[in-house]
Amino acid sequence: MAEIIQEDKQKGGKKKPKHHSTHIDMTPMVDLMCLLITFFMLTTAFSKAKVMEIYLPEKIKKNEKVEPPKIAESRTINIILGPNNKVYWYPGRIKDIKNPPMLQITDYSDQGIRKLLLDRNRLLFKKVAKFKEDMIRENPTMNRDTLAANIRRFNKADDSGPIVLIKAYKESRYANIVDIIDEMAICNIVRYALVDINYAEESMVKAAIGQTSTAAPSNP
Amino acid sequence: MPKIKLPTKSPHIDMTPMVDLFSVVLTFLMLTTTMRQPEPAPVDTPFSISDKTAPDANIMTVMLSKDSRVFFNIDNGTDTSLHFKGKILTEMGKRYNITFTPGEVKLFENYPSTFGLGIQNMKTFLNSKDVKVKESLQLKGMPIDSLDNQLATWILAARQVNPNVQACIKGDVDAPYPLVKKVLDILQDKNVNKFNLITNLEATEVKQSEL
Repeated sequence: MAEIIQEDKQKGGKKKPKHHSTHIDMTPMVDLMCLLITFFMLTTAFSKAKVMEIYLPEKIKKNEKVEPPKIAESRTINIILGPNNKVYWYPGRIKDIKNPPMLQITDYSDQGIRKLLLDRNRLLFKKVAKFKEDMIRENPTMNRDTLAANIRRFNKADDSGPIVLIKAYKESRYANIVDIIDEMAICNIVRYALVDINYAEESMVKAAIGQTSTAAPSNP
Repeated sequence: MPKIKLPTKSPHIDMTPMVDLFSVVLTFLMLTTTMRQPEPAPVDTPFSISDKTAPDANIMTVMLSKDSRVFFNIDNGTDTSLHFKGKILTEMGKRYNITFTPGEVKLFENYPSTFGLGIQNMKTFLNSKDVKVKESLQLKGMPIDSLDNQLATWILAARQVNPNVQACIKGDVDAPYPLVKKVLDILQDKNVNKFNLITNLEATEVKQSEL
């Protein structure tokens, strides 16, 4: 961006009054601007962080007796977040500790846990999706809050979708929890809760991990 | 034959359009910028489909790093003239019998990023200008075990000074679950039941045809 200033050749001995060019050398200004632009570009955080809201139920105080809410066994799915991005799940509840239900293994992909959840929640999911589509076609001016309120009404009235109990095994990571809660939002699951893992389930997971690790070397 | 003289052109380039453009870009960046804050530990937030933007003010952030350290930060609220941050520090000082000078309170108010250290080291931390000293003081993170649960005290102090404060959790993808659980428990013990988990946006959609 350097500029070469040409000197005027003076002809003869005639002395002309010096003619100052009206041109201003802009190079330093351009230099400075380049610097400032680079600085701002590097320090700007363009996208604001997004947040996912979760509400946890209030803790039960020590000498307070609260009956746990009764939930239908047939609708219950227990999801246990295991190590190495694996998800273990079983339906219903443990009836006999000595003979626990089989744990199914899946993962966080759209063919894994999402497929299972969508399968269980198909009725409500279809209803909400259809409603959204109809609204876009028929009443595109409806504002987002009204739409959300209507969907919430559907959600509240729903009595067929699964009740998901999310339990995290001690070796799971933070991303797993966010992933699974996100999966609840994607599949439009209304009733889910973060629950502490119990002893029986912990040993079930341990057994399942042991099985897979002993099975792994045998099939190369 | 006379030689053909090529007209000598001035090597000067007209930079005016470039300068114009630069000014526009610069003005735009200056007006829209929100400074990225330096952080004591790199945190890689997980992805979710949530498109709700994080609140600007009245937040307390608990940051969980990959190596199980806990950091904390609070902001000044919507009205900076109330000096919430400084008040919270003085409140903390009262609980741990440390008196902070007005200068130190001011330094704390201007400290932009999250911090993770015991309140006992806070004076040294605020008074030192050396980045390495600040780093070495934060090697252990905020103490959160039941003997010396300073995170709980910070949360309590923050909520006393600013009742509108919301809890944000900024966790690393690889932060272990027991730590997350512990932090959630501490927050719930202080009657905070609503959390904002900070995530990155990632679009996913379930197609009708897949059903």
